[in-house]
Amino acid sequence: MTAPSKTTVRVASGQGFWGDWLEAPRRQVEGGDVDYLMLDYLAEVTMSILQKQKERDPNMGYACDFVGAIESVLPAVAKRGVRVIANAGGVNPPACATAIRAVAQKHGVSRDIRIGVVTGDDLLPRLDELIATGHPLDNMETGEALSTVRDRVLSANAYIGSTPIVEALGKGANIVITGRSTDTALTMAPLRYEFGWAADDWDRLAAGIIAGHIIECGAQCSGGNCLYDWQNIPDLANVGYPIVEGSADGTFVIYKHPNTGGRISVPSVSEQLVYEMGDPHSYITPDVIADFTSIHLEPAGENRVRVFGIKGRPPTDSLKVSIAYRAGFKAVGTLVYSWPDALPKAELADRVLRERLDRLGLEFEHILTEFVGVSATHGPLAGETHDPPEVQLRIGVRGPDKSAVERFTRELAPLVLNGPPSVTGFAGGRPKVEEIVAYWPALIDKRVVQTNVEVLT
Amino acid sequence: MNVRLLDIAHARSGDKGDTANVGVIALEPEWYPVLDRYLTLDRVTRHFRGVITGPIERYELPNLHALNFLLHGALDGGGTLSLKTDAQGKVFSTAMLRMVLEVPDDEAKAAGLPGVKVWPAYTRSPKE
Repeated sequence: MTAPSKTTVRVASGQGFWGDWLEAPRRQVEGGDVDYLMLDYLAEVTMSILQKQKERDPNMGYACDFVGAIESVLPAVAKRGVRVIANAGGVNPPACATAIRAVAQKHGVSRDIRIGVVTGDDLLPRLDELIATGHPLDNMETGEALSTVRDRVLSANAYIGSTPIVEALGKGANIVITGRSTDTALTMAPLRYEFGWAADDWDRLAAGIIAGHIIECGAQCSGGNCLYDWQNIPDLANVGYPIVEGSADGTFVIYKHPNTGGRISVPSVSEQLVYEMGDPHSYITPDVIADFTSIHLEPAGENRVRVFGIKGRPPTDSLKVSIAYRAGFKAVGTLVYSWPDALPKAELADRVLRERLDRLGLEFEHILTEFVGVSATHGPLAGETHDPPEVQLRIGVRGPDKSAVERFTRELAPLVLNGPPSVTGFAGGRPKVEEIVAYWPALIDKRVVQTNVEVLT
Repeated sequence: MNVRLLDIAHARSGDKGDTANVGVIALEPEWYPVLDRYLTLDRVTRHFRGVITGPIERYELPNLHALNFLLHGALDGGGTLSLKTDAQGKVFSTAMLRMVLEVPDDEAKAAGLPGVKVWPAYTRSPKE
């Protein structure tokens, strides 16, 4: 592979999760020059949703929003050399590539598009073979054996690192589609590729991972969901998504395009750095272990923060595996009670409902009641509330018996006429019964996961 | 002096399974030593008693003037199993900031900390 000698490389974040702002990708390539557009679509349970879609239709199973995103940035990719890296492939990267080719054809630019497809993370077809050959895939949080849920497994994917993405870029891909790649690898890979960082250049690889962590949640580092001085963060309607301006030495600057809203500052970046953090000394990825206690931040001009000093060390011999399995059913329903005595009315409705569920002989693994407006988010820490104008009663049930959960959803509406007074807010109708797809994290020996890269021309 | 955490720190929280993490960052770098000394594992454990079911871990990030807490058993099972409004622990950050720390007057004064004289309705006293 060749490493062009650029002094800086700009990687723009255009999507922090599947469902993020549809405008963001286009704004990132039109608001100023960038080299790469990074789109993160996968959350822990997204893979299982995609697996269900693939079961219904073998041409599905990828993040279909990505097709629209590519359409919105196609001129920049085809004519201006912006390259896109996305984990939009879900459980079916080849089908995602086919959809992207069709879009390129429709716009007459297929000759300018080279799609790199990374596969090999999907372990579902190999699950029994892996278990039989000494890879038990025990739950890394509870220690339980996978055999307890084996017949209910929907998807199983290893989190893969930057290497196959670097390979795809080296083979000339300008749109790289992966499955369950780590979010951070999507940003680190182009930096590693452009600067030719070695696979054991731990400090620089760790810097790329931390750059990825900062921008992987989109605007969450550039003023979105920022508690620090939130009242004065300007123009969130026009919020600018973050961009990494990386240098070969592993230092980088986080910035956003001019004439956009939001704010990039040491506090806004700090908030994102601590988001979903575990042990800060050991942020484990397939490529490197990054040390968050080595990160240094300093202001570098308006809406620019410089990041430096990052240390890394060799990774473990394992990859994390994300397994999703069917775990029963749930439903959540709400009713709103008004002043006066909104809380005692809601509490009485809760008791009445629970007594009725008991008398029906319905059994659940779990019933949870919350009083929104009083204690739903902070529980007893919220302290005393004095006769609020309204309280939302929110009751959820969960259990293996779908019919019991369905019957629960029929017991809320009657309370409007046969329960405590001053009740409203039932316009939404009966609560929906949802099948629960739960997450089973496990580890697997790196050596049994082989990734594959194909560049379609 | 009583010091509201909300007045000296900002925070962000997230989830990993049934564990919520809360990163607490000093509003001013020079207030970090106060955070480090008084936002102890014991103090945070008392704060969340009755709110979470598991233990708490505490990590220091002096480079970011921040502390990171892992609150185990915080999310009613976590992920898609949870029936909570805040199934992903997004607002444990502000639950943490309700805390009131008791900081010796001279130390609080030396660090220039803002104190609270009137007890705000939305915080629990450290003795409760």
